[in-house]
Amino acid sequence: MKLRRSMLFVPGDNAAMLSTSFIYKPDSIMFDLEDAVSPREKDSARLLVFQALQHPVYRDIETVVRINSLSTEFGRKDLEAAIRGGANVVRLPKTESPEAIRELDTHVTRIEIACGRPVGDTKLMAAIESASGVVNAVAIATASPRMIAIAMAGFDYLVDMHTRRSDDWQPELFYARAAVLHAARAAHIDAFDVVYGNVNDDEGFMREVKIAKQLGFNGKSLIHPKQVYLLHRAYAPTQDEVDHARRVIAAAEEALRNGLGVVSLDGKMIDPPVLKEAEMTLQLAEAA
Amino acid sequence: MTSSLTPLQSPDSVLGQSQPFTGATAQTPYLDAVDTKLHRKLCGSIEEAIERSGLKDGMTISFHHAFREGDKVVNRVVDTLARLGFKNLTLASSSLLSCHDPLVDHVKSGVITQIYTSGMRGKLAEAISNGLMARPVQVHSHGGRVHLLQTGELQIDVAFLAVACCDEFGNANGTHGRLNCGSLGYAKVDAQFARQVVVLTEEVVDFPNHPASISQDRVDWIVKLDEVGDPSKISAGAARVTNNARELLIARNATDVIEHSGYFVDGFSMQTGSGAAATAATRFLEERMTRRGIKASFALGGVTGGIADLHKKGLIKTVVDVQSFDQDAAESLRTSSGHLEISANEYANPTSKAAYVDRVNMVILSALEIDLDFNVNVITGSDGVMRGASGGHCDVAAAADLTIIVAPLVRSRIPTVVRRVTTRLTPGESVDVVVTDQGIAVNRNRPEVEQRLRDARLPVMTIEELHERAVTLTGEPEPLEFTDRIVGVVRYRDGSVIDVVRQVKG
Repeated sequence: MKLRRSMLFVPGDNAAMLSTSFIYKPDSIMFDLEDAVSPREKDSARLLVFQALQHPVYRDIETVVRINSLSTEFGRKDLEAAIRGGANVVRLPKTESPEAIRELDTHVTRIEIACGRPVGDTKLMAAIESASGVVNAVAIATASPRMIAIAMAGFDYLVDMHTRRSDDWQPELFYARAAVLHAARAAHIDAFDVVYGNVNDDEGFMREVKIAKQLGFNGKSLIHPKQVYLLHRAYAPTQDEVDHARRVIAAAEEALRNGLGVVSLDGKMIDPPVLKEAEMTLQLAEAA
Repeated sequence: MTSSLTPLQSPDSVLGQSQPFTGATAQTPYLDAVDTKLHRKLCGSIEEAIERSGLKDGMTISFHHAFREGDKVVNRVVDTLARLGFKNLTLASSSLLSCHDPLVDHVKSGVITQIYTSGMRGKLAEAISNGLMARPVQVHSHGGRVHLLQTGELQIDVAFLAVACCDEFGNANGTHGRLNCGSLGYAKVDAQFARQVVVLTEEVVDFPNHPASISQDRVDWIVKLDEVGDPSKISAGAARVTNNARELLIARNATDVIEHSGYFVDGFSMQTGSGAAATAATRFLEERMTRRGIKASFALGGVTGGIADLHKKGLIKTVVDVQSFDQDAAESLRTSSGHLEISANEYANPTSKAAYVDRVNMVILSALEIDLDFNVNVITGSDGVMRGASGGHCDVAAAADLTIIVAPLVRSRIPTVVRRVTTRLTPGESVDVVVTDQGIAVNRNRPEVEQRLRDARLPVMTIEELHERAVTLTGEPEPLEFTDRIVGVVRYRDGSVIDVVRQVKG
């Protein structure tokens, strides 16, 4: 299973960051052609990202390109560059409806055919940034078989909701987080929590990571490379959890060897979800 | 003369050339008047001190660099010497920094014609790299400077030493008074070796001033100045943990290396440079030390606030300080009895009777370039221009059990791990581990260290692989072109010449 704890944003017009961001080893790296790039720089950023996507250093990391909305003059050009450059995933910002995903899917298929990539090779994800996006989250998450994740984006959403970010348990984001997360889980895809903007406040960041992790998000979108390590550390299982997971796996292997249909540990039956969770724990421990 | 001493007048006397007694204060006439008895060293101006020191054209003057970028003495004294018409002086500063850019004019006008220093930055370094001086600059290490003084190659005629405070006999320190620069480790050496010592102080305090980093018996003249340095510029927040993700990543990798090197045991000793990664590594080390219940016996060096903090928390028993890199370190030196001030001779001189570097287990040092033989360059940039400092790099690298070099693999799209360093300062045989943001390489002389790091699953690769990776990212840089003219001589700590810096073409 592909781990998606961290999606690191890299401004598409920042040549230095484009050439070094892989060193932080995020699970996914997102080259941004949208908000981080001024209209003047859109063309040069697209070219830089197109080149970065083909660099061997990004071969072992999931690459995501955040394109501009298809309704802008940049959107389709961005999409061409992303798919022809070999991006693994295209991230659509400000997604409000399943139609937007279906339209995107159509364009992706067309470009894949045109450039010789296998159809379906390019995955999609949607960022939910408005009340209507939250309300339509389930439909968005299931709008295309290419969909691998949805991401909650807080800033525009809170403006839309006539409120602002608070520091504690963040009630203003609770419904949206829960709704987006449920949509993702129902669609069997991944869910990313919001970015944390104050890069000088590691403690605030860790508080928010705790909320996201406890709710069940796979991870977060990140705007500063130092947050990758902090996030991965927070998602790392404890030694007790790892030990328990190892025992669960060992019990399952033992049952398989003995031809037993039922797995049990310490006299208690282990359900398939428990086994799956144990595998996930070991994977997280391995990646921590 | 009493009759018993009449043999003194005979040429073949058993009393030899001894002089007969001529009065209780014959050799100390200043004791005859209160003013000269107590205040004889005080000079009203730098000019007066220069005159009384007997400085002449062609002589050697020295300075220390405890105030780093906050130094206000070198420029002021050399300006004064220029105004007084001095020529052909040798400038021997323990180091020179960007704040010393005005020296360019004094080199041009012939006031300064020879320089000894451990490092150079800014416009002076650039101008000298481009052939400003007829004679090449001599770049020495901190330990090597003391060695040059011992051998007599470097003879200081007049040392101008900035201090935070002194009394009117010259008992001086850097830790008390309004201005707190911390250790005077380099100044202590100059005070010992210079023919004449001028102390420049912001405050003249009550006698006897204590502690006396520089003692009255070494001081000839004292000048009170309004300002000798700006301690806020010693280090713009070296104690602050960097927010630079790449430096943090390198620091974490270096901390991993320390933890799994085999030397991370209770009672270990360490030194870290002042670079962002080294400072951050100190912070990461705290967590590892606490987790494993390990304490350090001592930390040496240029001391940062991070080291002072671990000392305060009881994780480092003793701090041994030749130079305080920031205010927190200086404050620790002032207040903690376990924080010792030492001279550069005690710190790192290879021909001292004992140097603290000899007992360092692990050191983290930075680099501008590292080559495939692990040679390190900390002097010249990728453009061939001098912009760094030898410091204690080769001193501690030679002596420490484990020398760890930290550097980003690529800096401004130029590889840091290169085929051949532009300038060799620390020989590869002294370097054990190179830690970058993209991997770790271990010197093939240390297979046991490599095995321990591999066992800990650290990202160990060969130095050749690191180099190839760097070139993959940047392409092979164009080789630099140099003229035959030598603009700098790099002296190893024992005084031998390990490399030269040539003038860049064009």
